[in-house]
This record gives sequence, C-alpha cells and structure tokens, in this order.
Amino acid sequence: MIQSVALLRTSEATRESAPSPALPSTTPDRPKMRAEALRAHFGKTEVLKGITLPVESTTVTAIIGPSGCGKSTFIRCLNRMHEVVSGARVAGKVLLDHQDIYAPDVDPVRVRRRVGMVFQKPNPFPTMTIRENVLAGLKLNGLRPKDTEELVERALRQVALWDEVKDVLNRSGTSLSGGQQQRLCIARSLALEPEVLLMDEPCSALDPIATARVEELIHELCERYTIVIVTHNMQQAARVADFTAFFYLGELVEYDRTDVIFTRPSEKKTEDYITGRFG
Amino acid sequence: MSTLQKHTDREYEAELETLKEKLLLMGARTEELISQAMRAFAERDADSAKLTMRIDRQVDQLELDIDQLCLKILARRQPVASDLRLITTTMKLVTDLERIGDLGVNVCERVIELSAEPPLPATQSVTRIAEAALAMLHDALDAFVAGNTELAEEVIERDGQVDSYYAQLFPELLQLMMKDSGSVFRATRLQSIAKYLERIADHATNIAEMVVFMVRGKDVRHAFALSRGDG
Repeated sequence: MIQSVALLRTSEATRESAPSPALPSTTPDRPKMRAEALRAHFGKTEVLKGITLPVESTTVTAIIGPSGCGKSTFIRCLNRMHEVVSGARVAGKVLLDHQDIYAPDVDPVRVRRRVGMVFQKPNPFPTMTIRENVLAGLKLNGLRPKDTEELVERALRQVALWDEVKDVLNRSGTSLSGGQQQRLCIARSLALEPEVLLMDEPCSALDPIATARVEELIHELCERYTIVIVTHNMQQAARVADFTAFFYLGELVEYDRTDVIFTRPSEKKTEDYITGRFG
Repeated sequence: MSTLQKHTDREYEAELETLKEKLLLMGARTEELISQAMRAFAERDADSAKLTMRIDRQVDQLELDIDQLCLKILARRQPVASDLRLITTTMKLVTDLERIGDLGVNVCERVIELSAEPPLPATQSVTRIAEAALAMLHDALDAFVAGNTELAEEVIERDGQVDSYYAQLFPELLQLMMKDSGSVFRATRLQSIAKYLERIADHATNIAEMVVFMVRGKDVRHAFALSRGDG
C-alpha cells in the first residue's frame, strides 16, 4: 500500500531522508477517507454546506439525492477535481488515511493517483487503441512500468474484459460496446493502482446487461478497493452499496448501512425521497 | 405513516391506497365472520352459522386479490422503506386474516353440531374468551389503520389474558364430563371452539406485532422467548 507520504509534492517527497512517521493503519472500522465540515463553492454559490462523512475502507459507499444536491461535487472534492473548475473553492478537510488532502504540501496529482475516478459516460481516448487506453493514465503521470503487457492483462482481467478483447488489443477503444468501453475506463483507472475509486453515475449510459456487469465488477473490486459511487438509481445503490448517504440541497441528511436506509431510514426527508414522494 | 407526503407518481399512490382499502375490507369481513359465528353460537342457530360460513369465500378471494396486488407492486415499483414494510407486512397479515376466517368457519361447524344438543353451563366461559379475542382482533386492525403502535402493544399484552381464560375453561369442562358422561360430545365441541378462539387471539397478536414493525421498523416477534434463550 502506498504510504501517506506519497501525497507530498515530488520535490518535498524526495527531500525526505528519514522514513515517514507511521500513520494509523486503515482497518475496516476506520475510515479510508473522511470529509470533515467540507464546504464547496462555485463562485458565490455554496453547493456543499459542511459535509462530515466517513468512507469506510474496502466497502462501497453510495451517494444518493436529487439533482443539484451536491453529490457529484462531493466526490469531485474527494480527489481534488472540484478545484479544477474555474471559480470553484473548497473549505474543510478531506482525510485520506488520516492525512488532509487539502493540506498545503499535498500534490493534487498524487491524490488523484490514489483516488481514481470513473465518469458517467464511457470516455476512452478515441485515437488510442485498447492497450494504449489502459496505459494512458500511467503515461500521463510519467510512469513507465517494466512489463506493460502484464499490466494491461491484469487491469483488463480485473474488469472482466480480458477474454473479450485479448485478440483485439490494437483496435480503437471506441470500437467496443458502451458497457465494454466503461469497463475499459475502469481498467484505465485501475492500472494506476488507486486505493479509492470514485464512480460518478457509471451506469447511466449503459443498458441493463452492461449495468449488471459493472455492478458485479463493483462487488468484486470492493474486496480490494474502497469505492464511492454517485447514482441516481436508488435500486442500484440498494444493490451495490454497503453504506448509503443521502444528500439534499448540499447537506448530508442521513448516512447509514444501506439495508437500514432502504428499510427503516431515520429521517423523514430520506423516507420521502427514496419512496418517491419528492425529487 | 400519516405524516408522509403523497407519492409523486399518482398511479403508485393509488395502488397503495387500493391495497390498504382491500386489506381493511378483508379485516372487516373477518371480524364480521367471527362476531356472526359467536352470535350463532349464543343463539344456537345452525342456519345462521351456515350463512356465516359463506363470508369466508369473500375473505379467501380478498387474500388472493391482495397477494396479487402486492406481487404487482413489488415487481413494478420496487418499494423501499415504509412502502416496503407496508407490502411485506400486508403479505403476512393476509395469511393471519385468512386463518382467522378458517377458524371462524370451524366455530360455525361446531355451532351446527351443538345446536342439535341441549346447552351446557360452560357456554358463558367460552363467550368470555370470544369477547376478548374479538376485541383484540378489532383493536389490532384499528392499530393498523391508525399506525398506532401503543394500541398494537396493548393488544400483544392482552393475549396472555385470553390464554388464561382458555386455561381456566379446561378444568371446568373436565368437571362437567366427569359428572355427566353424556356431556362429553358437547364439552369437547365447546373445548374446540375455545381453542379456535384462543388461536384467533394469537393471530390478532401477530397482526399487532406486524403493525409495530410496519410503523417503527422494529421486529418485536418472539422477543420474550428469544430474550430467555428459548428455541
């Protein structure tokens, strides 16, 4: 596992002569990540109003809520993607293995290597082959693995795509079906060996069979990775997530085990939303 | 439950309303069957008992209709939270109501047998069980309608009273049979009716327990036995 020192800017990391101090290890009852009083703005508009939420290690956490509730912004804050947008600001803390990823000495590029993201629409690079797409993240990060063939195979096997594409690795990534393209994008994220995988509505552009395959994949990946998924599909949250957080108007209304949220939520607002009484 | 807003999908809202209405109708029919059966018992009226038995067909039909509607809602709506608890509770509740209906028919069958025989003094003790069991059923259904968990918990507690009445009846009937062997046929019929009524109270208790689950999401079944470590 990558130590927390990996978050530091390269220059600072190389300056470190002594090993980094031992940080508390992440155990199942300790969160892999934790947002603390997290606030996010787009210009003057506050879209997250002080979210405090744990993300438990090697589990799936689903973020649900109506459009505009801040769920996508929230996960974009978890790997410092929010600040990439012009006029966007973040306040509060996001801890990754107890280290604040917004601390001044932290390199956002390194954060994004440890906390990968898969987007709503499959977005393989159109001019790249399947093999090149898997390796694209590594290349962009300036990494040159020794055995790229083995890495490509491992990443594609992890997303159950290897058997389908092993004979056509030099074809364009866009030659694949929508579901295959999305799994290719997940493989591209996994090639960087992240610890956390953020998924922003990863199945909304997929048919039910492709959706089922991605959900099955999420189930398998959570044995090794910590996954946070934003979804509009509440049945999907109920199927794949161990924990579910309900956001409304930029606030966290309720967070609990998924079975509790979907059978006996504590908050009336959650109850009204998930039973289809508003939203 | 009553504080929740209506569903955005009006058709879904209407389906759930229809389900509740059918369930209430089934509860009302079941209550009617038991109270008419006990009236036939008190009046020793075989014709009335035969007519009363026919209500059970409506109860059975409602069970089929409600189960079908529950399946349809589960398949099409994938209900969650309070809606899910309503559907799963309803599917269990209809089974209890249907069994109560069958027990009412059993009471009618014994009333028909007894109506041709001279009366026995223990009749009053049976009536006492019937009144308590019917009140439990009535209150359990009221608790369901109002989502009233306090009333439901009261119903659950009252089951012990019915069990106690039933336990008191048995030696009474035994004495009658020991005194007069000619009363055995009637006494065993009375004992059967009392048993049916005691079972009706058990089913009313089940309904009340389900009301608590439906409203609070808390399962209170077998709480006492499990806390003692019984099997």
